Amino acid sequence: MQLRPPLPATFESDAHIASKVQSTHELGTKDVPPTLVAEGVSAWFGKRKVLDSVSLAVPANAVTALIGPSGCGKSTFLRILNRMHELVPGASLSGRVTLDSVDIYGSELRPTQTRQRVGMVFQKPNPFPSMSIYDNVLSGLKLTGTKTDDKDGLVEWALRRSSLWNEVKDRLRTPGGSLSGGQQQRLCIARSLAVKPQVLLMDEPCSALDPTSTRRVEDTIREILDEVTVVIVTHNMQQAQRCSDQTAFFLVDENRPGHIVEAGRTEQVFSNPIDSRTNDYVNGRFG
Amino acid sequence: MSNRKLVIDRLTTLIIGLCACVVVAPLILIVGYVAMKGLPNLTLTFFTKTLEGIDPTAPASDGGAAHAIVGTLIQVTLAALISLPFGVLTAVYLNEIGGRMSGVIRLFVDAMSGIPSVVAGLFIYAVWVVKAGQGYSGFAASLALSVLMLPTIARTTEEMLKLVPDGLRESALALGAPQWRTSLQIVVPTARVGIVTAVILGIARVAGETAPLLMTGFGADQVNSAQTFSEPQSALPLFVFQQVTNSQGAAVERAWTGAFVLIALVLVLFTLARFIGRPASQRNR
Repeated sequence: MQLRPPLPATFESDAHIASKVQSTHELGTKDVPPTLVAEGVSAWFGKRKVLDSVSLAVPANAVTALIGPSGCGKSTFLRILNRMHELVPGASLSGRVTLDSVDIYGSELRPTQTRQRVGMVFQKPNPFPSMSIYDNVLSGLKLTGTKTDDKDGLVEWALRRSSLWNEVKDRLRTPGGSLSGGQQQRLCIARSLAVKPQVLLMDEPCSALDPTSTRRVEDTIREILDEVTVVIVTHNMQQAQRCSDQTAFFLVDENRPGHIVEAGRTEQVFSNPIDSRTNDYVNGRFG
Repeated sequence: MSNRKLVIDRLTTLIIGLCACVVVAPLILIVGYVAMKGLPNLTLTFFTKTLEGIDPTAPASDGGAAHAIVGTLIQVTLAALISLPFGVLTAVYLNEIGGRMSGVIRLFVDAMSGIPSVVAGLFIYAVWVVKAGQGYSGFAASLALSVLMLPTIARTTEEMLKLVPDGLRESALALGAPQWRTSLQIVVPTARVGIVTAVILGIARVAGETAPLLMTGFGADQVNSAQTFSEPQSALPLFVFQQVTNSQGAAVERAWTGAFVLIALVLVLFTLARFIGRPASQRNR
């Protein structure tokens, strides 16, 4: 098994890295194929190309961190993984993304089905203000027309998984907006978990939070890994080191739109990077 | 500051202040004059009695506007109930779906808000009262009023939907929600306070309309809420109009009182809309 899929022809420049990246396959359980695989993904906003043939395999039940300076296409790449990219007017893409070997841009899956299986947590905590904590957790079911027999049980399960249960169990009927920022973000995680996604994408989920709340969200991320696979965009190097198993370093330069310079086991990317630019970035010399 | 600059500064302030006064003065004069003329006859009987069996020459203390007040309340409520779903769905189309037609539709809605109220009345008169053979009724009046109310509700609601953060839409879509559920189950409920404001503004906009009612509600002298769909019905603006045109004796005095009640009603509605519509941060819990 290899972490990165066979590289497309346009990828020669990184081929030497790719050969070494393959050695990181011991992540997760052996012989389990990666959950989510992107192959040669390029993306445009109008005529501006923002991603250039990005390939990445996301191992199951592990955390993949996407790091890199602002504007290098990490968030765009993340949004391609659950078909949120196409909601931006003028956005387009090429390449292939498969979820358990099924092309999410193919005819087999509707966008709404893909998004049910690949959830997303955003930078800014945004519980639905018109709903209570309880209803926020169940909102995904309501919004997808899914029925469940045991609502109370599901709410408790999701809130326990996001480590919020003990803090809110006595006020489930109060508005979600009455919680602190960190609690709101964990409520958003609970809301995403309640639809039982396979993959949870997180777009800088802690950038609006204080250090204590950040820590709690990171703990939550580690705790939900038996249920889901996580892909997290972060600007925080410590965070990537603390809570990810695999790291992909994105970069944009004058010759090439956003692309992956290096991807591999997090320890390796941080302690013994192959590319000098990765080394400079993770050690805070630019970005 | 030099002397010259100081003088210019003072003078400009004075002129701007005067302009502001000129703008506010008519409102104060109108409300003040109507209050002066109308308040003396504003007694409990005005709210409890009707004009049924009242002689045109009877003093103003005889009879009241109960039938007109009830009529206005019924008509604006029905009009609001008719306009609300259409107005909200129009706003959802304009702001949430934003299809190719939205520019044209927005233009139509804006043009609709410019329709003279008498034309709205004529339209319902021609289509409903005459062509459909339904005759004058409170319901015909509320149809005419809903034509006038619809653009106000649609455009105000659209502005309110614009205030809903995009993050909420994205969150809903990221949970796998289709567009229609996102709009109707997340965006509209989030803007519900704004939509209530839109409805109140729509009611305030039409509560004082007189011309369309002449051709639809026609007017009556008694409370006939049970016959809203079949019989002519009065309303406050009609009451005022008919008491003024009936120039015998004390009728004009009743018109003043009716006008005062009408102004008070609209003022209360506008204040209510402002109160409900202000940001949550300014509201007391």
